[in-house]
Amino acid sequence: MRKYAGIAVALLFFAFSISIFIQLIPYDSYEGSAYHYKNPINGSVANESVPSHYIKETRNETGAVNAVTAIVVEYRGFDTLGEVTVLFTAATGVSFLLYQLHKKMQRREANLITKEGSKIVLPFALLTGAYIFIHGHLTPGGGFPGGSVIASGFLLMLLAYPKFFVNEKRLSYIESISGSIFVIIGLLGLLLATSFLQNFIPVGKPGHLFSAGIIPLIYIAIGFKVGSELSSIVQKLKEVEE
Amino acid sequence: MILVIIAWVMALLAIVAAIYAVETKDLLSSAIAMGIASLVVSIMFLVLQAPDVAITEASIGAALTMAVFVYAIGKTRRWEE
Repeated sequence: MRKYAGIAVALLFFAFSISIFIQLIPYDSYEGSAYHYKNPINGSVANESVPSHYIKETRNETGAVNAVTAIVVEYRGFDTLGEVTVLFTAATGVSFLLYQLHKKMQRREANLITKEGSKIVLPFALLTGAYIFIHGHLTPGGGFPGGSVIASGFLLMLLAYPKFFVNEKRLSYIESISGSIFVIIGLLGLLLATSFLQNFIPVGKPGHLFSAGIIPLIYIAIGFKVGSELSSIVQKLKEVEE
Repeated sequence: MILVIIAWVMALLAIVAAIYAVETKDLLSSAIAMGIASLVVSIMFLVLQAPDVAITEASIGAALTMAVFVYAIGKTRRWEE
């Protein structure tokens, strides 16, 4: 009975996701009905000034071409600080639970394809991750995706080589330094501009690499932080007790 | 048209992988099926014009979560009772 109910729910979800594809929203249609949100319960029309402000003024105010990044780092920067803290707490919890005094790595040889392929793929994974978080204000992506791409590159090395090991002290230094850079940039905003995480660097030309003020700096810090945290989680899980 | 075809194939694959991940007794195949499901879902995100979510889903959902599950299975048991 439960199985059939599960299949029915899955089919409903399937029909729902197909019905989204039937009316694809084009990129440029924000002038249309996208943000005239009408509440179906009491029939009120939502305050549309905030979303339309984000869409129209982001480029001039922050200099970021990618509006998502501008919202995440600049308009809602304090939320991002909380998000980074959540990830930090998770990594701390994992290393607390899996702490082992006499540890050794699992010794199981990977096959030839994994070994040789990982040598080729690792530089590209690191480069792609760095590209994603450095160009966070220009192209889709940012600190969190870039850091997780870097961590998956390290995961590939951990899978391929039994003796591969990243020094935990170095990982935690990178993590704490980049986390501190995030908070220091925020405090500099409080000092030099009006509020915490406010932009205090000239915005520059939108679309250039050196533009958008503090957004690339913060996203580089977040990229290093997320990458080192996720790498340390995966490495902790790989260790076994002697 | 081709987007709709891709969407049908991807949604079918995601549902098949998700049902298999729940139903199988082998936890290792279950973890791998979950990775396949999130990889397919990341392609769906890309077609739905959310490329940043697609990058995150592909690297966290398909790679890191699956690795966490596989290492956890390695520390416990492989077969469900």
